[in-house]
Amino acid sequence: MSNSFIIGQYVPGSSIVHRLDPRTKITIIFFFVIIIFFANNLLSYGVLAFFALLSMFTTKIKISYILKGLKPVWFIVIFTFILHLLVTKDGEVLFSIFSFEVYSGALYKGLEISLRFTLLILMTSLLTLTTTPISITDGVESMLNPLRKIHFPVHELALMMSISLRFIPTLMQETEKISKAQASRGVDFRTGKMKERIKAVVPLLVPLFVSAFKRAEELAMAMEARGYNGGEGRTKFRELKLQRVDAFIFIFSALILVVFFFTRV
Amino acid sequence: MDIIFNKVSHIYQPNTPFEFKALENVSFHIQSGSYVAIIGHTGSGKSTLIQHLNGLVKPTSGEVKIGDYVITPEKKLKDVMTLREKVGIVFQYPEHQLFEETVEKDISFGPQNFNIAQEVVQKRIPELLKAVQLPENILQRSPFDLSGGQMRRVAIAGVLVMDPKILVLDEPTAGLDPRGQKEIMDMFYRVHQEEERTTILVTHSMEDALKYADHVIIMDHGKVYMEGPPLEIFKDQEALNNVGLDIPEVIQFLNKLESKFHISIPFRGQSVEQLGKEVAEAFKRGDKSE
Ligand SMILES: Nc1ncnc2c1ncn2[C@@H]1O[C@H](COP(=O)(O)OP(=O)(O)OP(=O)(O)O)[C@@H](O)[C@H]1O
Ligand SMILES: [Mg+2]
Repeated sequence: MSNSFIIGQYVPGSSIVHRLDPRTKITIIFFFVIIIFFANNLLSYGVLAFFALLSMFTTKIKISYILKGLKPVWFIVIFTFILHLLVTKDGEVLFSIFSFEVYSGALYKGLEISLRFTLLILMTSLLTLTTTPISITDGVESMLNPLRKIHFPVHELALMMSISLRFIPTLMQETEKISKAQASRGVDFRTGKMKERIKAVVPLLVPLFVSAFKRAEELAMAMEARGYNGGEGRTKFRELKLQRVDAFIFIFSALILVVFFFTRV
Repeated sequence: MDIIFNKVSHIYQPNTPFEFKALENVSFHIQSGSYVAIIGHTGSGKSTLIQHLNGLVKPTSGEVKIGDYVITPEKKLKDVMTLREKVGIVFQYPEHQLFEETVEKDISFGPQNFNIAQEVVQKRIPELLKAVQLPENILQRSPFDLSGGQMRRVAIAGVLVMDPKILVLDEPTAGLDPRGQKEIMDMFYRVHQEEERTTILVTHSMEDALKYADHVIIMDHGKVYMEGPPLEIFKDQEALNNVGLDIPEVIQFLNKLESKFHISIPFRGQSVEQLGKEVAEAFKRGDKSE
């Protein structure tokens, strides 16, 4: 059960990508996501793919593991690809199946969208694979800090995010534990009619909610007991600091960006 | 129903960076009707091991046999419900599995799933309540209004009500008050003696293992480290200390007695009172070899 939940889970390591400041990674990925929509020929996609693959190899995480993490999105990629084949009617007719004509434009467009999608997912999953949730949160908080001036609740948002991220694994463990306990009492989650299967979820959900609420209450009390009273004047334990690697990677990415704009037509 | 583990290994999340070998080449044979204690440091694979007993997890390699039900890595589990009806597991902190509106409904939940007749269940409930020492008027209350200890007892009743042939207990008394612990352990022992039930107890308490079990399996890092009758296992203090365990206090005491006063009283499972008498007599006789 737990085996299917590993998509994008942080894998400890000491590669350059791991050591980068979360803000560096977030910024680069942010720009990557925008830039990818400017690619308009094979060469420009090649540059982006090169960058993504290079980042992937630099993480030193087993490639098979990264690809396995992408598994659930293959479905979406293939789905959009087929959808394109069916609805787009540009260019000339390549061939036809069951009186359905496939256009060259559709093929090209479908491939392009699939490639874009794969690269996007790959880059974002590299972020979560190499960065602990807590440092992603720290990064986001620090990058949103300017918004404080317009009374945007940056600290509260970051706190919410880090608490949710912190409790996702706990909740998953709990789910597994309770579903095992109920399975031992004869609940069958796997087989049976739809109606029975929906009914089987009740003995799982009720204890989960009960324990989630209890946990929330305990956490709130523990925080208050330790003097937490909001973000005002609060100092940080983990200070983010840009290193020389960050500068190096920024320059390198900027170079790639320049190359990218030369390859476009 | 004998339980046989044949070179069982279990790997969590295989082929990922999180791959973890929780069990490695575990083999043993548990005779039907015996009371077995499984002891081991935290993380040694005890909970993983017992989840093999009713097919909650499958071995990554090797073979598990419960009676004539065989679990192998390749084959899909067939009729796993018949197995789960015979093997009742009380998990660590079982009170987390309560969910019904009333205690009565929660206790009857398991039997319903196994299609045990309502009348049979109704007949069992009063005895059960007595066994776990809960008052009858608790039946119509919500399980979520009870104290932690009461919730634990309700959850235990919810497993016992299925009258399993094999009863598996994963640290059933963790977090209870000392008196509650003793009550519950004694209750399990009574339940064990009825109808030749097989009981498997996962515990951190050497005292409980010594008191109730007739066979002890010591686990360390996913492997069977030692195995045998409790009196024999607890002779070897050094071996146990090596894996972060200790011997029961009674035996420690007798060992000290021997090294300090050269009074040797073999431990055969006497009660504390009985031992007290024997020690007093030994002193009176002047056994001391000064
Ligand atoms: N679902 C899981 N995924 C990955 N690893 C797991 C999983 N469940 C358990 N483990 C690991 O397997 C090892 C054995 O766990 P197990 O729960 O069997 O230990 P235990 O002997 O019952 O410990 P305790 O005395 O603390 O209950 C632990 O190191 C644990 O981290
Ligand atoms: Mg355990």
